[in-house]
Amino acid sequence: MAELDTSGGGKHKGGKVRSKKQSTRVDLTAMVDLAFLLITFFIMTTTLAKPKAMDLTMPDKDDKTKDQLAVKASSSLTLLLGSNDKLEWYLGEAGKSAPTIIGYGPNDLRKLLVEKKADIEKATGKPMIVLIKPSSKSNYKNVVAILDEMNIVNVQSYAIVDILPIEVTDLQKNGLYNDTK
Amino acid sequence: MARIKVPRKSTAIDMTAMCDVAFLLLTFFIMTAKVRTEDPVPIDMPKSSIQQPIPENDFATISVGSQKAFFGIEGVNIRKQTLIQMGELYKTTFTPDELNRFSTITSIGVPFNQMHQFIALSADDQKKYNKPGIPRDSVSNELFNWIREARKATVALDNAQLRIAIKGDSKEEYPVIKDVINILQKQKVNKFSLITNLGSGGGAAPKK
Repeated sequence: MAELDTSGGGKHKGGKVRSKKQSTRVDLTAMVDLAFLLITFFIMTTTLAKPKAMDLTMPDKDDKTKDQLAVKASSSLTLLLGSNDKLEWYLGEAGKSAPTIIGYGPNDLRKLLVEKKADIEKATGKPMIVLIKPSSKSNYKNVVAILDEMNIVNVQSYAIVDILPIEVTDLQKNGLYNDTK
Repeated sequence: MARIKVPRKSTAIDMTAMCDVAFLLLTFFIMTAKVRTEDPVPIDMPKSSIQQPIPENDFATISVGSQKAFFGIEGVNIRKQTLIQMGELYKTTFTPDELNRFSTITSIGVPFNQMHQFIALSADDQKKYNKPGIPRDSVSNELFNWIREARKATVALDNAQLRIAIKGDSKEEYPVIKDVINILQKQKVNKFSLITNLGSGGGAAPKK
């Protein structure tokens, strides 16, 4: 493979005696082979899509309640995460108003969040507080999806809180409390 | 008689450009590469639009999948120090050889009483070993202790706070995740990360 190019350089000024010019070309085949082998190796052994870290701050679980403020009912939106990739939402206090079933799609959840955020800010002048209540039948993906929506819609105050029994009953009533597996 | 010269074309192709491209790609891959760490259980990370990369050091991961929890710490020295401290807690000692072998394990998934036995296995056997996950019950509290000792070790060695992330499987039911979060909150770790993949998840559309 590694032949020498003996054709000489391009220009030789009419001289009859051709001095043999040594070619400076190196055969690169082996080098390319090696490079591609290494590339293949690196593609195989590495992860290109680096995982991302979503920061989450949980409410302090201190038993002392003295420095905890009650959430204003008028500015709170509660999301109940059920099974089958569905959730329920209601405004204000539990049991006062019937929750509405909604999906996770951008036309459902995000629209709702944007609307309610504007409504609440207009009505009370306070930022909306979202209470996320994952039920035992919801899965992790849903929790992450909700938190992601919070970032997208730019909701500043949200918290993951435990679900109340009355809310579980409601999920059961609406058939969103099934085992997924 | 004039001889007719048949120009002989060389079959050699100029490889310079190809070589350039190959090495450029190679450099790119080496720069961006992070060795893939095998998950002890198949974990399909949920997707989100978060762009923040995970930190490189002072970082621990709690992998949750198939109802089991695994604990992994970044950094060889912190791993060793954590094991020493865990040994003190559970009244057992590890030889320097065992510590070295332990420092290559990326994710811990066996109860502490099986640790000696697990370390002694070869890397291949460790992969095959039926790992039950770290017990999370309040009686043995092993996951709690692992996390606490890892945090202590990070403070002692690097003088930094250990950052903890939960790497959960999409299909994992919430109570298991809640369990892990409760363990973290019990030691006043209220801020941690959830590891996600970039993409549109949970039926959400990509960002506008």
